[in-house]
Amino acid sequence: MHIMEGFLPAGHALGWTVAAVPFVAFGIRRLNQRIRENPEQRMLMGVAAAFTFVLSALKLPSVTGSCSHPTGTGFGAVLFGPAAMAPIGFVVLLFQALLLAHGGITTLGANVFSMAVVGPYAAYGIFHLAGRLRASLAVSLFLAASLSDLLTYVTTSIQLAWAFPDPMGGVAASFLKFAGIFAVTQIPLAISEGLLTVLIFNALRRFDAPELQGLSLFAEPAAKP
Amino acid sequence: MKRHTNLLLLIAVVLLAALPLWLVKAPAGPDGQPAGIFGGADNQAREMITKINPDYRPWFQPLLEPASDEIASLLFALQAAVGAGFIGYYLGMIRTRQKMRQAQAKEAEKDHRAD
Repeated sequence: MHIMEGFLPAGHALGWTVAAVPFVAFGIRRLNQRIRENPEQRMLMGVAAAFTFVLSALKLPSVTGSCSHPTGTGFGAVLFGPAAMAPIGFVVLLFQALLLAHGGITTLGANVFSMAVVGPYAAYGIFHLAGRLRASLAVSLFLAASLSDLLTYVTTSIQLAWAFPDPMGGVAASFLKFAGIFAVTQIPLAISEGLLTVLIFNALRRFDAPELQGLSLFAEPAAKP
Repeated sequence: MKRHTNLLLLIAVVLLAALPLWLVKAPAGPDGQPAGIFGGADNQAREMITKINPDYRPWFQPLLEPASDEIASLLFALQAAVGAGFIGYYLGMIRTRQKMRQAQAKEAEKDHRAD
């Protein structure tokens, strides 16, 4: 989902940056607020950030014969709300843009928007929707993590299609081309992300972390295990 | 049961990553030799951009580029290691804490009975 440095026209690059900034700023405020109110959750927030660090570094082979990576943002979005993940995703993407030439400064806004805004908000919405439909906690988590991972890559495809419409078929044809690269490759990876998210959640629950009990998702009637 | 589930989850993830490696065969390149396979999707998107719009020139270059693929994989490994290290530390901490709490509860029960 990393759009390479310089590979968005200046207007698009600026537009996505302007769109992403408020989410990151709001997310920083929410994180600070949460640490003030629940200082005991600080370590668990670190785990959510660490999960994103690990998963976004894992470049996995896919059935399309190319490699891509999961995002890991769904887990934290379900635990701490979608806003909290914007600054965390921003840090990961900044690290990769500055040191790895993976993504870029000019495309940081667009990449933050797909991975750290669309992904987490989608995860949060899907998790609560699945809960309302009486899906179990594990199934809700799996759907939230895997579908939000996929939606991040669909967003990247939309961003690229919008910036580079096909000379013949326009934005729609271009979207199909980019989605063929990103979204199809991502399907098995998204499933992996869903499974890994359930895995880490099970591990945390096994040791009955009191921090988990303080989270709102256990207050949701629909999210009972 | 729970441990069993987690093991199955792990196996599924490993299979999902390993299966493409032997299911997908490298397509033949122009010279008849197998072409490159399992490149990054990000690079494919870059190639697609230049195919759709051959006149497009990237207007900004990365400030720092890893000196080689080895250096890049070093940094990615570092990123994963920091994350995995922290998760491992946290799991170890809550596991020990749970054990100590259980031991403490048992101790308190014993004292109570002795009274």
